[in-house]
Amino acid sequence: MNTRYWNEYQKEIADDKYFYERSCIRQTFFPGSEAAFLKMLQEELGKDIRDEINQHTCTGIGYHADIVPIETTLTIVARLFSLMTEAGYENYVPSCVTSFGIFTEMVHIMKEHPDILEQTRENLRKATGREFELPKNLVHPSDIIYKFRYELKKKMKYQLINRFTNKPLQVVEHIGCHYAKIFPEKGIGKAEFPHVLAGMIEAWGGEVIDYPERRHCCGFGFRHYLLQENRGYSIANSKKKFESMEPYEPDFIVANCPGCTMFMDKWQYVIAEMEHKTYDKDGYGIPVLTYEEMAGLLLGYDPWKLGLQLHQIQVERLLDKIGIPYNPAQKYTGVNGEILPSPEKPSVLKV
Amino acid sequence: MKKIAIIGAGPAGIEAASILARNEFEILLFEKSANPLANLLDKAYLFPNFLPAGELVESLNRQLMHENIKLLTDKEVIRLSQENDLWKVIDKYEKSYLVDAVLITTGYTTFDASQKEELGYGIYKGVTTSIEMEKMIHYKQIFNTIGETPQRIVFLQCVGSRDEKSGNNYCSKVCCVTAVKQAIEVRKILPQTEIYIFYMDLRMWGKGFEEMYRSAQEEYDIRFVRGRISEASSTFNKKVQIKAEDTLSGRPLKMTTDLLVLMVGMEASLGTQNLGKQCHIDGKYGFIETENPHTADNKTSASQVYVAGSCKKPMSINDTINDARSAALTIINNLKD
Repeated sequence: MNTRYWNEYQKEIADDKYFYERSCIRQTFFPGSEAAFLKMLQEELGKDIRDEINQHTCTGIGYHADIVPIETTLTIVARLFSLMTEAGYENYVPSCVTSFGIFTEMVHIMKEHPDILEQTRENLRKATGREFELPKNLVHPSDIIYKFRYELKKKMKYQLINRFTNKPLQVVEHIGCHYAKIFPEKGIGKAEFPHVLAGMIEAWGGEVIDYPERRHCCGFGFRHYLLQENRGYSIANSKKKFESMEPYEPDFIVANCPGCTMFMDKWQYVIAEMEHKTYDKDGYGIPVLTYEEMAGLLLGYDPWKLGLQLHQIQVERLLDKIGIPYNPAQKYTGVNGEILPSPEKPSVLKV
Repeated sequence: MKKIAIIGAGPAGIEAASILARNEFEILLFEKSANPLANLLDKAYLFPNFLPAGELVESLNRQLMHENIKLLTDKEVIRLSQENDLWKVIDKYEKSYLVDAVLITTGYTTFDASQKEELGYGIYKGVTTSIEMEKMIHYKQIFNTIGETPQRIVFLQCVGSRDEKSGNNYCSKVCCVTAVKQAIEVRKILPQTEIYIFYMDLRMWGKGFEEMYRSAQEEYDIRFVRGRISEASSTFNKKVQIKAEDTLSGRPLKMTTDLLVLMVGMEASLGTQNLGKQCHIDGKYGFIETENPHTADNKTSASQVYVAGSCKKPMSINDTINDARSAALTIINNLKD
């Protein structure tokens, strides 16, 4: 039993010298995640990773919503690659899962169709006078954390273990559709049993919950929330997942896509307000973390510097279970030390 | 007396051996397992007449009792080479035998269902295969994952056959009727269990098959759903949740079941693939290519190498036996002085 074909397939992940591309939305939703990733690579692992200041959108959401034509996306992707080429890097690492899907798709198109590659070179030349090379290695940051999960473990102060019961934390993992569902072979573990997050959880002491709707959509689904009329469909999908995972009493959810992380976090609040329903038995909801936040917490980074106070579902009970210290008074303190106003409390979810 | 090596002591090998022996050929019948008819021993009943498989085993074993047949068990043939007008057969112990002709009856294996990860075989205990279900029926031991009588059993057709993703584009031919047969057998053992069969289309090609399909619905309350199952997962109480599309009603469908039975397709066995390659007679998907499907379907392009049974293509047991008779006749016509 337990034959997993992903064991036979290992994705190529470069060892060093990465060109990092930030996400349009992640810095707003999870403001500490990208900084934590850079810190882990540079300070914990001693890697060379470039945080380019002249970068811009990959057009992902516009492309998938059919408002950006593919030629534009190809040219904009080419400009981002030109920044990488100019900086002397060959390994491209986009922070966002949608960007990862966009780059994977565009590289695939340009490799399969040399005429489109040539046309894109011409378009970029005309628009900006720049030249570019396709990346030698294109991976998502979660691939890199997965690759170095045991190296990071050596530096971790905490494990995914409930210090009160001494049992592994029960974790729901969710990968973004654009990580492995468009090109399954580009994801560790492919699309059916993705192992990129499961591998981190298992390596760091936790247990992965294999619940029935594990592969179901998180509820993000661009058009489903971009069009207000469709948002009921979005939240219905999230609800289906929560109901499916609820009997397993997950300690937290971890995801590698900005949409999944945000919607599984925020829709819990909306469902609680609409239906007076929460998905943990004590009424607090299930915390939702990014994989950088999960790793950062275990490495001992300050929860508030990781930006965890910006999550809808509060994380203190999870921190208590792991045994991570935090200062409640510092929760809403700005970087200049100023005490910021606390957000309004939800009427149903406990905080 | 001319000597024939028959490779594989399944129904085809034994049937052909018996006919050739009675026609004064000396037969060396090679079998890689410790016993002949290994694929038949765990079968319960055979379609379309629900013949107990044991009766066929007994009948075939009786045919082996002939002075011209030498059964060589635990002797997997690993190499074939031509020496002048003869063939040299070499077993796994590197012992060689010179023969006038070779009949390949190395048969089939079944698709490894764990390759279809989305269906959960090898991951969830409640997901099983048609091979394992046949054993459960044979021994009348049909239980769910916690040892109770299953409330619902779902069969899924075309696992590893007619499936581009798994690389097997061909129809495995026998799975449709096998699922109907197994469902009827399960109903006889478990009168209260809900039984579903998910299918793409049901290919009831043989005599009595269509009637069996009709009686499965009318007499045995087997429910047929036209649709593929897209994924299986485990529920909190250790049942199997499946998702599918009912393509007749055009609606998605989700249900839980105690057992999900994957009807695994037939593939060329490793022995078939190996010998086919060595003699340059391997065809698509590893099955052995015959000289001409109409006029010489037991001959191959290799001189004095004949072929019969499911090493050519997916085939039912009765077709296999008929094909073996045809192969024996071809050899007699070609080799008899």
